[in-house]
Amino acid sequence: MGAGHGRTDGLYVAGDGRLHRLPAEAKIVATVGYVVAVVATPRDAFWAFAAHGALLLALARAASLPVGALVRRLRIEVPFLAFAVFLPLVGTGPRIDVVGLPLSRAGLWGAWTILAKGTLGVGASILLAATTPVAGILGGLDRLRLPRAFTAIAGSMVRYLDVIVGEAERMHVARQSRGYDPRWLGQARGAAASAGTLFVRSYERGERVHLAMLARGYTGSLPRLCAVPATAGDWATAALLPVAAALVTLTANLR
Amino acid sequence: MTGAAVEIRGLCFAYPDGRPALQAVDLDVGAGERVAVLGPNGAGKTTLVLHLNGILSPQAGSVRVGGLVVAPATQAEVRRRVGIVFQDPDDQLFMPTVADDVAFGPANLGVEGEALDQRVVAALDVVGMAGHQARAPHHLSFGQRRRVAVATVLSMEPDVLVLDEPTSNLDPAARRELADVLATLSLTTLVVTHDLPYALELCPRSVILDDGRIVADGPTADLLADRDLLAQHRLELPRGFHPSWR
Repeated sequence: MGAGHGRTDGLYVAGDGRLHRLPAEAKIVATVGYVVAVVATPRDAFWAFAAHGALLLALARAASLPVGALVRRLRIEVPFLAFAVFLPLVGTGPRIDVVGLPLSRAGLWGAWTILAKGTLGVGASILLAATTPVAGILGGLDRLRLPRAFTAIAGSMVRYLDVIVGEAERMHVARQSRGYDPRWLGQARGAAASAGTLFVRSYERGERVHLAMLARGYTGSLPRLCAVPATAGDWATAALLPVAAALVTLTANLR
Repeated sequence: MTGAAVEIRGLCFAYPDGRPALQAVDLDVGAGERVAVLGPNGAGKTTLVLHLNGILSPQAGSVRVGGLVVAPATQAEVRRRVGIVFQDPDDQLFMPTVADDVAFGPANLGVEGEALDQRVVAALDVVGMAGHQARAPHHLSFGQRRRVAVATVLSMEPDVLVLDEPTSNLDPAARRELADVLATLSLTTLVVTHDLPYALELCPRSVILDDGRIVADGPTADLLADRDLLAQHRLELPRGFHPSWR
């Protein structure tokens, strides 16, 4: 019940630079534009991928973000890269020997593409999350006219994640306090029962939230609340990243 | 009293299993009056509250708010007139930011733009939470969340404010801060509680609801001085507390 910072804003790094202050919708569009430019980059234009990475690095430095911490967040993509590792082994077509291992040429290119484009895409998303609070991102998506059902569901998830995880943690402590220390699968009944209870409690909370919404005049559609749109200047500033990335991609395609 | 803000006549309601929750409840609350609704757990207090803005419909009897009968046809206006602050602020505050949550009610009423912003600022100012617009509700302390929950209904500019167990889970300082806020409001207020000292502090008049019936109605100090009456309805003052202290 305390006022701690929750799990949902854990990716945000507080700051007051131009990048932090840009309206979320401009940053979201810029991120998508950048990712599109990266995806369109020819796979053998290594220098272009380096240039795309340099753009992200420059932005992170300009926003005074801790680059090391941001790079560590790239670990999120490890499960996807694990899939890429198998591509050279299971790929078809001509093979080349790498330290005595016959690897598929097409598979190697596939793995490289996933590694390079995936990492840059995730990097751009990490940059967006580090400079925009979750509520801002939701507001930005709302101003971009994403269906309200989507932003409302995402908003509820963000809002109640802390509440539900907190509840689960309290139940866990209460179980442990009564000597519950499961070591075998057969002893998991307590945890499973808690999960069921948590589901029922969350469902009941959902009903109470709905009731409280009705009490404030909710009739089935959520009003659009955030009315301050990005200015032309904001859009122009945000466009610098995708435009620079597009120029890199264009040059790489022309060579 | 300058006329009844809330008139409840012969209100009856039974749960789906047939168990009666409210049995012929009669209650008048004058405009600007602050009334505590006291009663043990399961007395029907929350059920009564949910009838005040038409979330529940009477199975018999009627509820009027400022002369307007609470019915499906008047629902929107009634919900504008009656602001309910629910027991758990986590049920009430569901939007990503404080400002969005405070704006939710008036936006449902069609308020928008500058007028909506002004309502948000004014409501947060009243509860001492000005400047917290951009914060996420889950980053606030429990006491702050409770006050923001009050702001979410004040922004609808209600005529009647209903607080369901406003002091539950509050530490003494947060309890005091909330009382200071409520004492400044000149709205008709119903405080549903079993926190008897709080009722005494805020409400000159109280009613006791037990087993779905109003069993006592009078000055709060008099009701709380009647130990037998309290004991009969499972209400208790804190040990050592005397209702003549205020």
